[in-house]
Formats: sequence, C-alpha cells, structure tokens
Amino acid sequence: MATATAQPANKTASSDVERRMLRQMLLIRHFEEKAAEAYALGKIGGFCHLYIGQEAVAVGSLAALRDDDYVISSYREHGQALVRGVSPNAVMAELFGKATGCSKGKGGSMHLFDAEKRFMGGHGIVGGHIPLAAGIGFAIRYRGGDQVCLCYFGEAAVNIGAFHEALNMASVYKLPVIFCCENNRYGMGTAFERVAAVTDVVEHACSYDMAAELVDGMDALAVYNATRRAVERARKRGHPTLLEVRTYRYMGHSMSDPLHGVYRTKEEVEEQRKRDPISQLAMKLKEEGTLDQPGLDALDAEIRAEVEEAVRFADASPDPDPAELTTHVLAD
Amino acid sequence: MATLTYRDALNQALREEMQRDPDVFLIGEEVGVYQGAYKVSRGLLEEFGPTRVVDTPIAELGYAGIGVGAAMAGLRPVVEFMTWNFAVLALDQIVNSAAKMLYESGGQIPVPIVFRGPNGAALQLAAQHSQAWESWLAHIPGLKVVAPATPADAKGLLKSAIRDNNPVIVLEGEMLYNLKGDVPEGEHVVPLGRADVKRPGRDVTIVCHSKTVSVALKAAEQLAEHEGVSAEVLDLRSLRPLDEAAILESVARTNRAVVVEEGWPHCGIGAQVVDVIQRDAFDQLDAPVLRVTQADVPMPYNKQLERLAKPSVERVVAAARRTLYLD
Repeated sequence: MATATAQPANKTASSDVERRMLRQMLLIRHFEEKAAEAYALGKIGGFCHLYIGQEAVAVGSLAALRDDDYVISSYREHGQALVRGVSPNAVMAELFGKATGCSKGKGGSMHLFDAEKRFMGGHGIVGGHIPLAAGIGFAIRYRGGDQVCLCYFGEAAVNIGAFHEALNMASVYKLPVIFCCENNRYGMGTAFERVAAVTDVVEHACSYDMAAELVDGMDALAVYNATRRAVERARKRGHPTLLEVRTYRYMGHSMSDPLHGVYRTKEEVEEQRKRDPISQLAMKLKEEGTLDQPGLDALDAEIRAEVEEAVRFADASPDPDPAELTTHVLAD
Repeated sequence: MATLTYRDALNQALREEMQRDPDVFLIGEEVGVYQGAYKVSRGLLEEFGPTRVVDTPIAELGYAGIGVGAAMAGLRPVVEFMTWNFAVLALDQIVNSAAKMLYESGGQIPVPIVFRGPNGAALQLAAQHSQAWESWLAHIPGLKVVAPATPADAKGLLKSAIRDNNPVIVLEGEMLYNLKGDVPEGEHVVPLGRADVKRPGRDVTIVCHSKTVSVALKAAEQLAEHEGVSAEVLDLRSLRPLDEAAILESVARTNRAVVVEEGWPHCGIGAQVVDVIQRDAFDQLDAPVLRVTQADVPMPYNKQLERLAKPSVERVVAAARRTLYLD
C-alpha cells in the first residue's frame, strides 16, 4: 500500500479557505519578524527558531483539520500554534517568558502548549515527539474516535531512531497519524544530502508499508489538499500517512545562527525567496480577482497591528510569580 | 489474607486496576501472547484482549513514547520493560517527555503513566543485564520512583502507581518474582512516599529497599543472634518522594545507620539518605553513617566475582558492627 509519488496539486479550495490561509501566513510572517526584533532587543531569551519561509506548511495542513484533532510539533512551532488558534498574545507572551504565556512562561519558544486547542506541544529533542504522536493516535484508536493526530518534524529528524520506531508501530497498529516532514533541506548547518543515504524522505514510507506523498511546501493549496487526503485516510480507515513537504527556511536555524555562509549561499536563499508562499498565494487571489492590492494592503496593516498588540501585551504582562517555580512539577 | 508470589501480586494489581478503570492498558515486549517475559501479565490478554494488552516490537524508545503520548491524551498506560537495562534506550521519553510535560506546559498536560519492570542484578547475567538504575531515575523531578520488596508492597504500590496522575517508575526485582508473602485481598493500596519498618530495633538502623531488604533482614537476624545487637530494618519502598521523616525518626532512636543498596556507590541512593541524616540528625549520631553498595565495577559474569560485587549479609553485618564500634 506504500505509495511514494508526487500527486498533482489539486488547485481547488474555496476562496474563503484561500483567504484565510493568506491571512494566517501573513500573521506568521509578521509575528516572526517581530519575534526576531524582540530577540535582538533581549526580550526573548534562549533559543528561538523562526518559521519564516515555511508558512505554507502550517496553514495548508492545519486547514484540513477539525477542532477536535490533535497537533504536535517540534521546537519550530510558533507558526503552527498561531494557526491552530493559540492567540498571538499568548504565544508572544510565552516567548517573552511571561505569566500570560500559553505555557505560563515555563516553556518558552520551544514548548508552546494549549490543551484546549489540542496543541500538544512544541518539543525540543529532535524526533523525540514523533513517538508521542503515535501514542496520541493510539489513544484515539483505543477509544474508537475518528480524530487524527498531525505531527510536524524536520527532515533531520528522519535520521533519528525515534522516527523509524514510531512509523513502524503506527503502521503495525494502524494509527490515525499524519507524519508531516517539513523538509527545509538543512538540519541546522548540515545539508540533508550530506548525512542521509536516502534523500527523498517519502521513500522511507516503503519500509513501513505506509501511504506517502511528496508535496510542494511553498504552495499552501498543495499542502492543504495532500493533508486532506491523508486526513481522510486516517479518519476513515485509521491509516497513517507520511507527507514529505519540501519547504525552505529563510532564516538561520535559530536566532543565534547565520542566515547563510558556510553551509548555504546567499544566492541560494535569494533564489528560494522567489517562490515565496505568501507572494504566490496573493498573486493567485489577485489573478482570480478575489483580492486586489488595496485589499491586500488593508489585510497586511490589520495583521501588523495585531502583532504590535501581541508585543505590547507581552511587554506589559507580568513575570510569573516566584512561587510558580515549584508548581506543576507533580500533578495532584 | 492470601499467600502469593511477588509475581502474582503484581499480576493481581494489574488485573484489578484494569477491571476498575477501562483507561488502564498494558504495553510492552512479550506482555500478551507470551504472557510476559517473567509471567507478570499471565492471563491478561485473554481477559482484556489485544487492545488493552499490547505486544510491541523491540523498540523501547518507541513504545515508551507511545505510552507517554497515550497518557497525554488521557489514558493510563502501564509500560512494561523486559528489564530496566533495556529501558535506558527509552530514557529520552521518560526524562524529556514524561517527567517534564506538566511543568513545561504550565500545568496543562499531566502524564499519568507507569513504567515498570525488573531492576538490578539477577544471577550471572553479566554487566549489561545486571544494573540497578534507581539513582538515575530518582534524580529526576517530575517522576515518582518506588521499589517494592515484598508481595504485599508490590501489589499495593503498583495499584497506587497506576492511580497516580504522574509518571511513576516501579522497580521490580527479578530475584523477587518467586518470593512468597501474605497479601491482603482486594483493595490493598500502599501510598507512595511512605517507608516501612520491616523489623523494629534499637541499636542501629539499616536503611534498604527492594532486594536489599531481605539482605538487611538476614543481617539483622545474625546481629541479634551473634552480637546481641537490635537492628531496625527500614524499607524505603519509595525513593522519590523519599520518606525523610521515617528515616529521621528511626535514626533518632538508634543513633546509628547503615544504608544498603544494589546500585553503585558513586551518587547512589545511599548518598541521598546520608545527606538527609547528616543535615537533620547530626546531633543524634553516635557514629558515621556507613554504606553498603555494589562494588564500583561493571558486574562480572563469574559466579564468585559476582558474589563479591553484590551487597551481602556479611558486609551489612560488618558495617553495622563498625557503627557500634564492635570491631
């Protein structure tokens, strides 16, 4: 049942969905730009992995989910949290380490959680959360539900044992999980082909008798449609899918890493930016006549204001009370 | 009160908790069709079916992660490791996922899960299969760690562990599975975090847990018989939380202590117990607190060398005598 072929992107989606996806991509882009600024000002500490360039993956895939589905991700998860409906205020406040953050200031950039939105975390150990996704899928199947679990990870996680153990068991137990590999070509500063014997991630699905699809990650509609097919497979038949979504990160691995230099050229980054997912979708909507430039400008301004408000909110929010140091170590 | 083996007491706890709560399930290598590598899960597949008694591939990291993920979604998994030696492969899920999830999510995602299996040396299994991991595990905030020594405690602690809303590590003893003892029937629950005096005494406290409880009891017998020394045997039962009050209460009466464990000496459980005693019972001590541990070497295969490496009755007796200045 393994299929590892690229399917043609189905170019249909209602214009409502498309407009929403454009809005969400702009939100991620501007949010991450502000996060970079705040990091430079020292308002965000530690590690901070930005999603700029990869927006189409989060918005396309999450558009295919229901509210009662589960989402779990790695440490590059700001965008997915925002699209899942965690408020920009709560995400920015978490990056600022504030009490009003979505993890009460205890998780930070890499550990965004919102149980109500079934956003089951950002996780900081490469590949460590992939078995957790299988476990969530196990719980869904155990209870006879028709939800799915969507799990994001980067291509570098494919070289970790946890990926292979989880995919094998998801296939053996028939778990409703969508393994969404965001292939942005570099694990930190190491090109995937330098460290992976098999560079087409979809090929790994053959080892686990799993459905798979190769997807253009700069095209939100393509991601949306591929994820819809995977969701259908999971919901109706309880079968997992491996999606390899080819995308590109414009920024360095984290805020403390260079954009380019020893591991990739400036020209390569510039070349990739020509296929920017936001510009592409905006262009499509304009060509179809469902959006004009003034409309786009207004949308852009509205989102910039929303992000400004998130920064203001995070800035004005209090630090956690010192007593919070010792809460939530153990549950009652 | 029925007489049961440690193995059957654990089996009874699993069965009763699975009957009581449909969210409890067992997952691990050989737990189903094979009935458990040590037969702790005997009969459970037949009674509860393959959805709740789940055989896995040999992939400790993977199935431990499946357990944690299922707990995040509200189930109550019991993850069986064939031995804790293999669980080292799953430490990322235990330490980075299970133990930290509640904290890093700001209290949103509890992980009610049990990780259990045999710990410590058996007989001539050599270095990789003869290790006591409790000090590694008890080091981690967000985990609870128990190590029952008797069938009754095995049943009562496992039931408490399954009902607890946190990740709980249950360290069983491979050499204890055949141990027989009285076990209260039905609702027998031993609270986590409470030590138990297995033999009362006046002159020296022997602090121990798991397999070393029987070593300590034999040592106490010999001390009574040959030296006229009344040794108290304090079974910690829980290593995290540690029942500091029980340790201090006992030492306040005996003024002397020997701490016994199967693990290595460096940064061991005994080091933690000694810290508690020196800090809070300094003025009550009549002698330095001594420790008896495994020798600070990987476990040798040779039978004689293995015997020398393990904590023994003779070494516990000798340590107790030294605290009493009988040498």
